[in-house]
Amino acid sequence: MTATQHVKLTINGQAVEADIEPRLLLVHFIREVAGLTGTHIGCDTTSCGACTVLVDGVPAKSCTLLAVQADGAAVATVEGLEQGGVLHPVQEGFFQEHGLQCGFCTPGMMMTATALLARTPNPSEAEIRQAISGNLCRCTGYVNIVKSIQYAARKMQGAEAVPVAASASTGAEVRSA
Amino acid sequence: MTTPAQAPIHGMGHSVKRKEDPRFLRGRGRYVDDIKLPGMLYMDIVRSPYAHAKIVSIDASKALALPGVLAVITGKDLDAAGLAWMPTLMGDKQMVLPVDRVVYQAQEVAAVVATERYIAADAITLIDVDYEPLPPVMDPMKALQPDAPLVRPDREQKTNHIWHWEAGDAAKTDAAFNAAEVVVQQDLYIPRIHVSSIETCGCVASFDKVEGKLTIYMTTQAPHAIRTVFSLVSGIPEHKIRVVSPDIGGGFGGKVPVYPGYVIATVASIQTGVPIKWIEDRSENLQADSFARDYHIHAELAAGRDGTMHALRVKTIADHGAFDAAANPSKFPAGLFSIVTGSYALDAAHVEVDGVYTNKPSGGVAYRCSFRVTEAVHTIERIVDALAQQLNMDPAEIRFKNFIPPDQFPYKSPTGWEYDSGNYPAALQKALDKVGYQELRREQAEKRARGELMGIGISTFTEIVGAGPSHTFDILGIKMFDSAEIRVHPTGSAIVRIGVQTQGQGHETTFAQIVAEELGLPVENITVEHGDTDTAPYGLGTYASRSTPTAGAATAVASRKIRDKAKKIAAHLLEASEDDIEWADYKFQVKGAPGRAVTMQQVAFAAYTNHPQGMEAGLEAVDYYDPPNLTFPFGAYICVVDLDRGTGEVKIRRFVAVDDCGNIINPMIVEGQIHGGLTMGMAPALFEAITYDDDGNIQQGSFMDYLLPTSMETPAWETDKTTTPSPHHPFGAKGVGESATVGAPPAIANAVVDALSHLGVTHLDIPITPWKVYSILQEHGIAEA
Repeated sequence: MTATQHVKLTINGQAVEADIEPRLLLVHFIREVAGLTGTHIGCDTTSCGACTVLVDGVPAKSCTLLAVQADGAAVATVEGLEQGGVLHPVQEGFFQEHGLQCGFCTPGMMMTATALLARTPNPSEAEIRQAISGNLCRCTGYVNIVKSIQYAARKMQGAEAVPVAASASTGAEVRSA
Repeated sequence: MTTPAQAPIHGMGHSVKRKEDPRFLRGRGRYVDDIKLPGMLYMDIVRSPYAHAKIVSIDASKALALPGVLAVITGKDLDAAGLAWMPTLMGDKQMVLPVDRVVYQAQEVAAVVATERYIAADAITLIDVDYEPLPPVMDPMKALQPDAPLVRPDREQKTNHIWHWEAGDAAKTDAAFNAAEVVVQQDLYIPRIHVSSIETCGCVASFDKVEGKLTIYMTTQAPHAIRTVFSLVSGIPEHKIRVVSPDIGGGFGGKVPVYPGYVIATVASIQTGVPIKWIEDRSENLQADSFARDYHIHAELAAGRDGTMHALRVKTIADHGAFDAAANPSKFPAGLFSIVTGSYALDAAHVEVDGVYTNKPSGGVAYRCSFRVTEAVHTIERIVDALAQQLNMDPAEIRFKNFIPPDQFPYKSPTGWEYDSGNYPAALQKALDKVGYQELRREQAEKRARGELMGIGISTFTEIVGAGPSHTFDILGIKMFDSAEIRVHPTGSAIVRIGVQTQGQGHETTFAQIVAEELGLPVENITVEHGDTDTAPYGLGTYASRSTPTAGAATAVASRKIRDKAKKIAAHLLEASEDDIEWADYKFQVKGAPGRAVTMQQVAFAAYTNHPQGMEAGLEAVDYYDPPNLTFPFGAYICVVDLDRGTGEVKIRRFVAVDDCGNIINPMIVEGQIHGGLTMGMAPALFEAITYDDDGNIQQGSFMDYLLPTSMETPAWETDKTTTPSPHHPFGAKGVGESATVGAPPAIANAVVDALSHLGVTHLDIPITPWKVYSILQEHGIAEA
């Protein structure tokens, strides 16, 4: 019924193209066309940030963008954070500092954190809290999310050797860079 | 056999990193909306714009004409199959879809099944429902008046009054009040709130017509209870129903009830033999799913002039909405509200609650505490402060004076509970020392002299969790035990299946730690499975801080059954009498000869390769644990606030939380639970409330108006602990998930009242919004322009 439109974008460096309805939300394109379900949906009003991805490096709430608006863009999602089997420092930080519980807000939270650290490598606590204020978490009370991002900042600056011994203790397949 | 290099055990008390995190960190969690089955269809729901109306007609012809729409389901369709109504957990019934009237705004009216999500969403706008509006009743006090509109004409009793419940001794309480030197009274309203887990509710129902098997992937905190209820209601044999609770994006009690959407999707799948997905929008979730609190409380406290508390009298009107669908144990229509005497040694108490219907969605269900403990704690902690204020006593001093003494445990409360253990003075003293109480009081006095508004609030709460002992606790007749099943494999790794499941609490890690501790196996070699009724042993689910007290206990007891058998095998391997074998340092050793020892790994291998003649092979056990009593975690919280005279904003400067949840499995996870609980305690204290206008329109229908705390409002919580083990729990644990949500609101409210007490303010109902504070400042002429 509705005329379709062809879009082509990259998600985590991979080209994805499809003929879609112009009204298709980017988050549904990512989840259902590209099949990447790590990006979640938590509200209808751009309030919760569970759907946050990076569009050309900028955090965007993908429930409030149409996929056609992202035509030609480079989109980054949680699935692209790990590189070569090595967790991104932000992922490692969330693991080490218990920055997640149910895990539902976590992908969006980590994408926002990634963008923050790209532009502000050594953020203050106030800057971190400001940056993640558009991402709601109902489980953690944010304290450990702040610590997770601080951990990642230290790690990315190589300012100190960060202990990772605990990962071995779970049998969890977390490897550290 | 050679033993590989021993990995660390990391049992009780270790901050083991979480086993569930690797999948979540990579975006590989599997939540309900991530499930996509071949041929799956999508369902969406038409909802009522009215709080109370007759349905004159439903015309679905335009929707059915839309390409991609396969079916429209109405209440009449369900009624023909006897499924228009379903039972609630509280012995009431509730509409799945209405046949001729709606009783709250956003109530489900009809459902559409379509090939695509967007087509289903289009189709619901094409269904014409002709309503004849009726006057709604939104206020429970008005609902009790004789001329009030009747919310539930389907019931025999033509009244909006649902039930009356009471606890304690009325005559003894009256006598104490008659003899009292001082009586303080307080009206409190604990507003309606909504859990708003970041994942909404939904399901994928898939009926295989060939196998006759129904599989439901569902956002549920209690999959086994769902299976049993669905079997009883649908007639499908229970072994042909599989309920899977996959990864759940937060529960907090909001995923205990059965919502109409689950049932409609299931019926649609049974009819079509095709998988049906239904996922709520946030606005649907926030407007129609179950709510918590909504208690109108009148409390009175009788005391001596020296501050000694004698008796408590509480009367409450409970707004349950249009269906009594609370998630309480069946014998407790007002939950565990009779814990309202709190941490104090009273001579007498009497508590009454009346449940009332109004034209709202079901109330009193859950918000990180479903059993009314939050309402009880708020009542006692506020009125203790009111007494202190009236007698001009320090709120810490009056608490120390009235605490149940540590040597009085187990303590029988005047409403009939037996508190298992406690040391309240120690917790409060620790909190006072940590926050620097005397220095803060000096600072407050100085600031007050300068016209600055600073307050210090205390809450010393007692929780009641771990439901529960089968003699008293059941849900629809199913006893509230919980379970664990453990198998140790030949090479010394193990799988644990439990009757509870996780919505973020980290069971896959903590339950592995329990087994690691009990069996001396490395935590990394233990897998925990949960949430799939085809494989997990029967349990009542995770809510009300019950996992560790019940299924955690079952896990320890099942482990000990395994250890008993393992000891016999160890004796066989060590060629010693079983009486000469002891379990020490995670090994079986010959008493007096620690060099002669075998590990659990060695025993496990022998259990399959070299077990004693006459013994069954294998190493496994099951336990269904029926707790002898509830557990009673407690804590002392101190909140320091500064009030902005320009905006009325309450700024939490510091919040010290000293919690005692008995012995701790994983300190990192416990701290995380407390952080989250404190934030969900702050939320209704300062921000969140669901209100309705007189026509029944909800006024906070999205996250634009219902204000969840963000990182900006949430302070850097300061936590500490005391440890008073539960004497009856196998490893002395008590549960912690809800403590902070229960304990935090009065600490915050007391702090704000304290900041304004010199103006004569004695009480503020929560949420204490900037406008509420600013109005008081204006009234006293001290608001800054």
